[in-house]
Amino acid sequence: MSDNCKFKCYIWELPVRWCHWINMICIVTLSVTGFLIGTPFSFGSSTSSFTMGWIRFIHFSAAYLFTVSVISRLIWSFIGNKYSGWREFFPLMTDAGRKKTIRMLRYYMLLDKDVPETVGHNPLATAAYVCLFGIYSLMILTGFALYAQHAPQGPMHKALGFMYVLFSDQGMRLTHHISMWFIFGFVINHIYSAWLMDIKEHGSEISSMFSGYKFTVRKEK
Amino acid sequence: MGKKSDFGELETVEHDLLKHDCSIGQILKERGVSRRDFLKFCSAMTAAMALPASFAPRVAQALDEVRRPTLVWLEMQSCTGDTEALLRSANPTVAEIVLDILSVDYHETIMAAAGHQAEGALDKTIADFNGKYICVIEGSISMKDGGIYGTTGGKTHLERARQVCGGALATIAVGTCASYGGIAAAVPNPTGAVGVRDAVPGATVINLPGCPVNADNLTATIVHYLVFGKIPALDSHGRPLFAYGKRIHDNCERRPHFDAGQYVEHWGDDGHRKGFCLYKMGCKGPATFHNCPTQRYNEKTSWPIAAGHPCAGCSEPQFWDTMSPMYKRLPNVPGFGIEHTADKIGLGLVAGAGAAFAVHGVLNALRKDKEPAEENKEG
Repeated sequence: MSDNCKFKCYIWELPVRWCHWINMICIVTLSVTGFLIGTPFSFGSSTSSFTMGWIRFIHFSAAYLFTVSVISRLIWSFIGNKYSGWREFFPLMTDAGRKKTIRMLRYYMLLDKDVPETVGHNPLATAAYVCLFGIYSLMILTGFALYAQHAPQGPMHKALGFMYVLFSDQGMRLTHHISMWFIFGFVINHIYSAWLMDIKEHGSEISSMFSGYKFTVRKEK
Repeated sequence: MGKKSDFGELETVEHDLLKHDCSIGQILKERGVSRRDFLKFCSAMTAAMALPASFAPRVAQALDEVRRPTLVWLEMQSCTGDTEALLRSANPTVAEIVLDILSVDYHETIMAAAGHQAEGALDKTIADFNGKYICVIEGSISMKDGGIYGTTGGKTHLERARQVCGGALATIAVGTCASYGGIAAAVPNPTGAVGVRDAVPGATVINLPGCPVNADNLTATIVHYLVFGKIPALDSHGRPLFAYGKRIHDNCERRPHFDAGQYVEHWGDDGHRKGFCLYKMGCKGPATFHNCPTQRYNEKTSWPIAAGHPCAGCSEPQFWDTMSPMYKRLPNVPGFGIEHTADKIGLGLVAGAGAAFAVHGVLNALRKDKEPAEENKEG
């Protein structure tokens, strides 16, 4: 984009940005509290402390917020603009999307020097987001299935009954734990790619997630 | 009762066998059990069934009037630990449960009869009381190679289970082996061991897992049937909700230490001596449904966590495989070596991703990029 950019274009609507940052805050909170729940140290000073109780309370509250945020984002993909729409997340379904994916792959693999232009989502990123949302679903389902066991035969426990058929109890804990590491792997990729494309595209990739605007050569159609 | 001579007891057994029609109340009266002891037993059973105390008179009334159920007890692939638990249980005493409450017509471990005589007694019981007797099964059933790995009286366990469970009013699978296959079904399961529910899919099976079964839960299950005329409400694993409706973790006497954040860090450390939470020592209480914390074992004397050992999760399906390692919070990751925990693999993954992107970043910083061709421009 660089030199010829004349227009600013509204790409990320308010709900998309809110969901993004709520997800980020929740993931950080859930990871820190989750680590402490999985491998606590003796932080309680007396039997009257409620340290683990509060850590778990924060974990469960953040889990509810995260779930609402993820579901909201999924709903927004049906009502938001074209950049946030669900079609963006399946680039391999269209001819143009496939071509763009190949150009992007070639650039990432250091084969091409042409910086691929993307105004909305990068097709490789959306493919990764589909996997990420799969991990999110797994996290939400295993998390709430484990949580629901405090009230057996309750509505949540019954609604998630299929999870206890698919997983053993400890298997659910392991899945919940190891999925966190997959999300960490994604986060490294995500921050690096945002940083790289911010430098290479000069389209204000990173600040667009705060302001919603990117800079483009042509006016939005 | 305990003071009677062996001869006297045998005589009584024969006497009782002839009197299948007697109500429990009559038999207790005949036997000189005081009304007070009987009511104490009824209260204990009401509590075990997780019913309010106001139900105790109803339990007493029902037991006063009801006919004794006939019961046959079959041993499959087992260590006889459940029989041991029953014989060693103080309340109800073995005399009470065997002679007064139940009419045990066949029990391989404790019956006096042997050989053809014993098998004849079993055949007679299941023929005479078809559809009316309760079958208790202890131990897993071998399914591999036609079930030849376990036989009694020349018949495979599978054949016996089908024959006896088929005509039973209900089958009670006592212990984890009878419920889900237990230790015999652990990987690699050489005998193809399964629980009764899987071996005889058509039968009405109540699972009472635990290693061993808590005898009070077994008695309470039978009393529930006698009082209400139906089997108790079961969970998805076929376990009565009154005994398996809550997690150990949620009723644990050490739970305040968990919420406070006071943990045993090493065996025998200060926390261990003070009775802190065993969560970090691999306690499976948060994954296990059982009433151990309230019912306890051996005349409510103790149970593993009270004795300072983490819960092993013995009343959950496939606990031998899914709950291991016993002293770790999380299972090992399948496909990796024994010392590879989820955290080690996760750290490796994150470090690998970090390194790969760092190299990518350096390579990108070193090269010159071109403006994209006009036809590839989007914005």
